[in-house]
Amino acid sequence: MELINLTMIWALIIGFGVIMYVIMDGFDLGVGILFPFAPDEEARDVMMNSVAPVWDGNETWLILGGAGLLAAFPLVYTIILPALYLGVFLMLAGLIFRGIAFEFRFKARRNRHWWNRAFYLGSMLATFCQGVVVGAYIQGFQVENNVYVGGPFDWLSPFTVFAGLTMIAGYALLGATWTILKSEGSVQQWAYSITPKLLIAVLIGFGVISLWTPFVDEYVRERWFGHLTVFWVLPALALLCAWQIWRSVANRSEGQPFVATLGMFIFTYLGLIASKWPYLVPPDITLQDAASAPESQLFLMLGVLFVIPVVLGYTAWSYWVFRGKVRGDGYH
Amino acid sequence: MELDPVLLSRIQFGFVVSFHAIFPVFTIGLASYVALLHGLFYKTGNPAWERLAAFWIKVFAVVFGMGVVSGIVMAFQFGTNWSNFSQATSNFLGPMLSYEVITAFFLEAGFLGVLLFGRGKVPEGVHLFAAIMVAVGTFISAFWILATNSWMQTPAGVELLDGRFHVTSWVEAMFTASFPYRFAHMALASFLTGGFVVAGVSAWYLLIGRDVEANRKALSMCMWLLLVLAPVQAFVGDAHGLNTLEHQPTKVAAMEANWETSSNVPLLLFAWPDKDAQENRFEIGIPSLASLILTHDVDGVVPGLKEVPPEEQPPVWLVFWSFRAMVAMGVLMIFVAFAGLWLRRGGRLYQNRCFLQLLRLMSITPFIAVLGGWFVTETGRSPWLVYGMMTQAEAVTPSLSGWMVLATLIGYIAVYAVVFLTGSYYLTRVVREGMLAEAPHDEVERPTRPLSAAHTSLEADAGRTFRS
Repeated sequence: MELINLTMIWALIIGFGVIMYVIMDGFDLGVGILFPFAPDEEARDVMMNSVAPVWDGNETWLILGGAGLLAAFPLVYTIILPALYLGVFLMLAGLIFRGIAFEFRFKARRNRHWWNRAFYLGSMLATFCQGVVVGAYIQGFQVENNVYVGGPFDWLSPFTVFAGLTMIAGYALLGATWTILKSEGSVQQWAYSITPKLLIAVLIGFGVISLWTPFVDEYVRERWFGHLTVFWVLPALALLCAWQIWRSVANRSEGQPFVATLGMFIFTYLGLIASKWPYLVPPDITLQDAASAPESQLFLMLGVLFVIPVVLGYTAWSYWVFRGKVRGDGYH
Repeated sequence: MELDPVLLSRIQFGFVVSFHAIFPVFTIGLASYVALLHGLFYKTGNPAWERLAAFWIKVFAVVFGMGVVSGIVMAFQFGTNWSNFSQATSNFLGPMLSYEVITAFFLEAGFLGVLLFGRGKVPEGVHLFAAIMVAVGTFISAFWILATNSWMQTPAGVELLDGRFHVTSWVEAMFTASFPYRFAHMALASFLTGGFVVAGVSAWYLLIGRDVEANRKALSMCMWLLLVLAPVQAFVGDAHGLNTLEHQPTKVAAMEANWETSSNVPLLLFAWPDKDAQENRFEIGIPSLASLILTHDVDGVVPGLKEVPPEEQPPVWLVFWSFRAMVAMGVLMIFVAFAGLWLRRGGRLYQNRCFLQLLRLMSITPFIAVLGGWFVTETGRSPWLVYGMMTQAEAVTPSLSGWMVLATLIGYIAVYAVVFLTGSYYLTRVVREGMLAEAPHDEVERPTRPLSAAHTSLEADAGRTFRS
């Protein structure tokens, strides 16, 4: 008997880490996706400068996700990563190219256009693969005796490809509303103009996935349509946020579109969790099955509870230091 | 030919780790140097320190960027290629890596942003604080990763139940027998790497007469540091070797290419270890010296490779020659450090062009030494992944097929080749254009091109201010 259910707390911590990653790296990946569509090179400078001081910290949440899963739910880590083997490689390759583009683009002169390409193709590839991961997660994995036994390309299906494309639209929306927040003048006007289009693309994507998922997965169908549940409040709230994005862009509000986009992502994410709960590796490995030894969960939790608030503190401070509008000139 | 996923995964992991490892050893040393320069400027107000800091931060940023992107790969490799290992060791490895992320990576990333872009946005003292935090972060990171690696070399504080390790004592598992030696050896290696690179670049600036005042300071500091650290590293390395002899005798036997357990073992200067024949070819050695070094007694008994069956022997050739490469670089470093001391009389340290050229070349030596040492310690424990407890073959991902590993191996090599080549190109450019703050003035040997790049404007402006 345990007084506190450690595994549940860990599910919350990992869940928190994942959504932190999605919304934080989401907007800087989104900036990369929008890069080729920006009106001019000066706009690209502004966009890149708006994320340059923080992207590294944003991406650290991804590594925390990997390490945290290994610590708390190793089975997830050791089944899903081999299942997504080739997809993971592509995602990492994308992240590598966009990562070095931050440093190299400002050092390049004649070859700058290559680093522009590395930045947006890398961002796009990484985002697409992350969408595919979500799609593959909904789709489920072939597992026997806690070992992945499916093929090397099971993660690649029409459904997962569509999920990947939707992810690109989603991160692009985050990137566009972030750009509205951080820029002014013509760059901001351009970001305002593309946001509604991206919003429509995202809504179509989410809509199709929501309709498609019940056909892909019986468990999800049962959960959402078997009997009317309180879960329906989540997509409703996500739609409310979408409406708020639309309205605030029309009103030329600077902060609200970004905040509302964050809201839309969070509610959609909660909706996804609600679809699968309590299965961690669909279709049949639960949170408890996948958990590591309690003494390991406890050992790390002590650190997490003390250190993560500090991390959030100085991360917030760093965002505060770089608050306000960004201009194109002046790199370190 | 049958593609072996285990061998290919080993090559892939070895490649990715080797590529990644050269960046942290450099940035750990450089981060401390940058923090020191900031501190000196803060305390003395001498603009030379600030020019040096501004320049080395640029170098740091490029190298750190390459380290970060190649490091992300590492966390995923455990799961993609070594899922059985991850599954078995997750109770220990998971918390270790997670602690590294929350105590080190976030710290580095958060304060690096402020260090790189925060000038003028935060007070000078806070900027210094950010530099110190980045440096501290690099050391915390090294602590966790070396604790984890040491545990894999000399496991302790765990018990194996149903194929999974369970931690019985966190203190014993984190501070294993080899950890203190490994940590000290790597920390010194990092400072030596930073020191020789800074010395090499400063020497080059002195050769072309660029910002002589600042670079003399930089070179002098480095040479004092190296004079102390290079010999200390030899002692620590020796102690580490003795520790390895105690806990991983087969690794030491491979380092010395010593097949038979015996006394009066010679120190081999050259040999061609042949694992199939279980003997050396073309052996040239100094009698009894290996016994003397390893046991501090000419008649001391040194264990041989034949203590274990051939399939439990590491790739002897690789371990033997990697070890010699590392030691050769170490000896060269000590020699250069003492030569620097000798040249100090009469200020020849800054004027002897041969020595300055030699220092330029020496920049590469710490990287060779680090990679050599890394090969020794990692391939030397082969075929074990967790020494004496889990082999590499048991650790690999079951669903992997050889072609998948080969495809991604080629992919990583291609990606890293681009990263490395372009990174080297931009680093060279940063160095060529850097330290222009003092120039152009009446130095005889001026750079052939005027400063034109917009992105270095900050430095040029700073320089102009200082000169006015």
